[in-house]
Amino acid sequence: MKQIKFLLAGTLFGIIMFKSEAASWYRIQEMFRFQDFHMYGIIGLAVAIGVPMVWFMKKNNAKDFSGAPIVFNPKAWSIPRYLFGGIIFGLGWALSGACPGPIVVNIGAGFVGYIIVLIAALFGTFLYGVLRDKLPH
Amino acid sequence: MDLILQPWPWYVSGALIAFVMWLLLYFGKSFGFSNNLRTLCTMCGADKFAPFFQFNWKTQSWNLFFLVGAGLGGYIATNFLTTPDYVVAISEATIDDLGALGFAAPTAYAPASQFGMEALSSWQNILILALGGFMVGFGARYAGGCTSGHAISGISDLQPASLLAVVGFFIGGLAMTHLIFPLIY
Repeated sequence: MKQIKFLLAGTLFGIIMFKSEAASWYRIQEMFRFQDFHMYGIIGLAVAIGVPMVWFMKKNNAKDFSGAPIVFNPKAWSIPRYLFGGIIFGLGWALSGACPGPIVVNIGAGFVGYIIVLIAALFGTFLYGVLRDKLPH
Repeated sequence: MDLILQPWPWYVSGALIAFVMWLLLYFGKSFGFSNNLRTLCTMCGADKFAPFFQFNWKTQSWNLFFLVGAGLGGYIATNFLTTPDYVVAISEATIDDLGALGFAAPTAYAPASQFGMEALSSWQNILILALGGFMVGFGARYAGGCTSGHAISGISDLQPASLLAVVGFFIGGLAMTHLIFPLIY
């Protein structure tokens, strides 16, 4: 039952993704054409709040609800991993019109085509896991 | 209530996404949705094929609850939190561009021809959905994160790697939209 709070946080996230239209295929097409500020406003504001928030949490050694310190793990620098991985992800994001969260939101909203997108994403992740040692990181 | 039923403006949505990030940090976790893809592979037995999947997936079970919640949120929002005449109000320029590719102006949240039941009767369309999903899943794990993990959490933590990943997202997204879309639609 400790997990219920994550179910509720996820539900809130799903509602936000839907109601902000960030999960809409149309908005993603618009974003990659630079034809409206909407998506940039959403991501930009989330980051504009997130940067001082994380800075403040680190500076004050913020604790989580259980009293344990909140840990931020730095990501090891690499060019091929983030550039190639990012480009492949971006190609898929524009083609399917959804990143992983919105794929699930759209399934909940009744768009059955996204079930295929999700299954294919699992195959993509599986193939990455198998090929991981052969890819530049 | 009327304000909730209308589409939410960017300044409400962006602030609420930052709130979700804070909520997960306060719960002792971090916001990264595509971790679930690896977890689901492990649960399906992928740990027999590659060390990448050999981890205790129960440590990520909280994220699966978050995933189920996201689906539930999509269901609640579309059934109870929208008006019956709702369509996504994208810009005229986008409607024109999509029209030139053969897409009708929006009549719903996503084009039914691509994602509704009828979309499953075209094998070309199924191929597009599968290819798109495949690249999302492959790329998200290769880059070590998706929009939530890199564009929101990573950049909020000023991680150069996340900034590079987001640059990659846009190189890929722009290439698909401007170079490849005209070839496939």
